[in-house]
Amino acid sequence: MTAIPHQPAGPSSPDGGNLLEVTGLQKHFPITRGIVFKRKIGAVRAVDGIDLRIRPGETLGLVGESGCGKTTTGRLVTRLLEPTGGKIVFNGRDISHLSTGAMRPLRRQVQMIFQDPYSSLNPRHTVGAIVGSPFRVQDLPTPQGRKRAVQDLLELVGLNPEHYNRYPHEFSGGQRQRIGIARALALRPKLIVADEPVSALDVSIQAQVVNLLDDLQSELGLTYLVIAHDLSVVRHISDRVAVMYLGKVVEVAPRDDLYLRPMHPYTLALLSAVPVPDPARRDKAQRERILLAGDVPSPIDPPSGCRFRTRCWKAQDICATTEPPLVPLAGGAADHTVACHFPVEESERTGRGAQAAREAAAAVAED
Amino acid sequence: MSKFLEVNDLRVHFATDDGLVRAVDGLTFALERGRTLGIVGESGSGKSVTSLGILGLHRGQSVRISGEVWLDGEELISAPRDAVRKLRGRKMAMIFQDPLAAMHPFYTVGQQIVEAYRVHNKVSKQEARRHAIDMLGRVGIPQPHRRVDDYPHQFSGGMRQRAMIAMSLVNNPELLIADEPTTALDVTVQAQILDLIRDLQAEFGSAVIIITHDLGVVAELADDLLVMYGGKSVEYGTAEQVFRRPEHPYTWGLLGSMPRLDRDVRERLISIKGSPPSLINLPSGCAFHPRCPYAERDGIPCRTVVPELLGDAHQVACHLPSPVRPGIFAADIAPHL
Repeated sequence: MTAIPHQPAGPSSPDGGNLLEVTGLQKHFPITRGIVFKRKIGAVRAVDGIDLRIRPGETLGLVGESGCGKTTTGRLVTRLLEPTGGKIVFNGRDISHLSTGAMRPLRRQVQMIFQDPYSSLNPRHTVGAIVGSPFRVQDLPTPQGRKRAVQDLLELVGLNPEHYNRYPHEFSGGQRQRIGIARALALRPKLIVADEPVSALDVSIQAQVVNLLDDLQSELGLTYLVIAHDLSVVRHISDRVAVMYLGKVVEVAPRDDLYLRPMHPYTLALLSAVPVPDPARRDKAQRERILLAGDVPSPIDPPSGCRFRTRCWKAQDICATTEPPLVPLAGGAADHTVACHFPVEESERTGRGAQAAREAAAAVAED
Repeated sequence: MSKFLEVNDLRVHFATDDGLVRAVDGLTFALERGRTLGIVGESGSGKSVTSLGILGLHRGQSVRISGEVWLDGEELISAPRDAVRKLRGRKMAMIFQDPLAAMHPFYTVGQQIVEAYRVHNKVSKQEARRHAIDMLGRVGIPQPHRRVDDYPHQFSGGMRQRAMIAMSLVNNPELLIADEPTTALDVTVQAQILDLIRDLQAEFGSAVIIITHDLGVVAELADDLLVMYGGKSVEYGTAEQVFRRPEHPYTWGLLGSMPRLDRDVRERLISIKGSPPSLINLPSGCAFHPRCPYAERDGIPCRTVVPELLGDAHQVACHLPSPVRPGIFAADIAPHL
C-alpha cells in the first residue's frame, strides 16, 4: 500500500495535483433503426455525467454491478472510446477529444490490464513478442537490447525469464495474467487501468495477483484505477472507492469510511449482500441483509431524479423530481461524497435498524 | 442404508489421447434430507464431474464410473439408464451455472417448465401450465401469468436463474444439486438467489448439494463442507469445523487467499504458490505437496505416499500428525485472517 496521505480534495479544489480528473463525463451509445438511412431513435446512457479524480500514487476502486458503466468509464479514461460529453484531464492536459495519433505518445503513460488472460494475449505470438510489442509500437530505444528489457519485466512480475520464447497456451491462467501485467508495465506508465484484473482467476491465484499488484505499486510508484465487481477485492487494494449505479457515481469515499460508514442506500445494500465466510455469523448477517427488489432499470430510459429511487426504501417525492448532487455531507468528512437526498443514518447500519431497512426494502417490491 | 444419499468410493475416469484423467478418484460422503452439503474446490478439482456422476449424466465410450451412489435405498451406478432417467427431474434435479445455456432459446419459459412437469406427471397441458405459473410466482417472478409466455432471452440474468430454479423444483425433487448457481450473477442478485434456495429448502425439506469455488457462498448455505483437490476429498466436516478449525493446509490456503470484508486490510493475502495440478499428470503422493508449505516436514512421506482421509466426524487427508495441525493453524494462519 502506498503511504501517500489523503488530502481533503473536495469538488471545489480544481487541481490539487491530481493525475487524472474527470468532469461531467458522458458516453451515450446511439440506438439506430433503418439500414440505408440510419435514424437515431434513442441512446444507451452507459455513463451519464460522472466526476472522478485520482491522485498520483493512489488506487481508486470503481465498483458496481454489471451494466452500471464501470467498464465504459475505464475505456473512456484510456481513450479507447470517444466521450459524448465532459472532460478528461490527464496530468494537466485535456485529452477528451485527442485523435488516435495525438493520443499515441500519451499511451506510454496510461496502460490497461484486461479481465480475460485468454483472449487478451495473441496465441500466435511468443511471450517475448507480446511483452516487447509496446517497445516496438512506440519505437522506444532499449539500451540493453529488447530481449534483456523483456526478461527484466518477466522477472519483475514473477515469471521465469527463460520462458521468453514460449507461447501463451503453455502458461496457466495466473501466469497469463502476469504476462498481461508485464506488457502493461513495459513503458513505465504512470496510470494503470485494471478492468476486473482477478475475476477470471481461481481463489488461490487471485491472491497471488493481488499481492503482485500491491508490490508493483510500492516498487514503481504506480497509480491504479481498479474496476471490479468484487467488493472484498476492491476493499483490499483500494485507497479510495467510488460506487457506480446506472451510469452515475453515487458515492466516493476513502476505503475505510466507505466500508464502515456507507452513506448511500445502494452502497449499504451492496455491502450487506456480500456473503460472510463464517458460518457462525451467517444468521446475523442474513437478518441484517438488505435484499433489493427487482432488477436494475434500463440505461436507455433511466428513472427521473435519483436513479436508485425505484428500488430504494427511503425514496420520497423529491427523489423523483430532483437529481441529488454528489457532495460531502454536513458534518461528514470532506472527502466522503454521496449523491442522496436521504443518506443512511448510523442506526440503520446494524441491529434493529438494519432489520427495519430490510423489511422496508422488501416492501418496495410489493408496491 | 440409513442416510438419504450415500456416495461410496465414487470414481469417474475419462480415457483421453493424453492418458487417463482421474477427474473424481474415490469420493465418499453422505447427506440427509433437509441438510446442505457444500463442495468447494478450484477449477479442475472434480466438483462438477461429481455432480454429473450422481445424476448419471456422464455418457460415451471414454468414461468409466465405479463406486456406489445410494439415493433413498436405490443404487444408481449399476441401475439401468431408464431407471435413472425416471428419477432425474422427479427425485433429483440440478441447477446449472449458466441459465442461458441450460434453457432452450426456442421455447418459452412456460413450455419448458410444462414439459418438465408432464414428463413425470400425467396431467393435461392446462393443468401443467397452471402449475408452471404457480411455480414461477413461488420463485419470485413478478406477474408470472404474463412472464410464462416469454422466451429466456426476455428475462434478465437473475430472473433467468429464478426461472431455471422453478423448472428444477417443479416436481418437488428430494435432492437438489446446484452447480455454481450464482457465479454468473451480481452480488445483490446472488443474495436474492441464495435466500430463495434457503427458503425453498425449508419449504420442501430437500437435500441440497451446492458446488462452488466461492467460500462465502458455501458459508451462507452449507451445513457440511467437502473440500476437493485433484479429484479427491482432502477435508470433510461440518461447516463450523472446516471454517473455524480447518486442518488441511489446502483449506488454510483457500481461507488465507480470500479477501473478505471482515478481515484486516493491512494484512497481505496468504497466497498458495503455483497453480492447480493437471488431472492427467497428478503429482505423486499427496497431490497438494508441490504447493504445500509443510510438505516433507519432519520427514513425513508427502511425496511418495497418498494420505488417507482419516477421522470420524471431521475427516482430513494429510500426513501432518493431527495433534500438530491446530497449533500450526493457530500460529501461522489464524492471526492473518
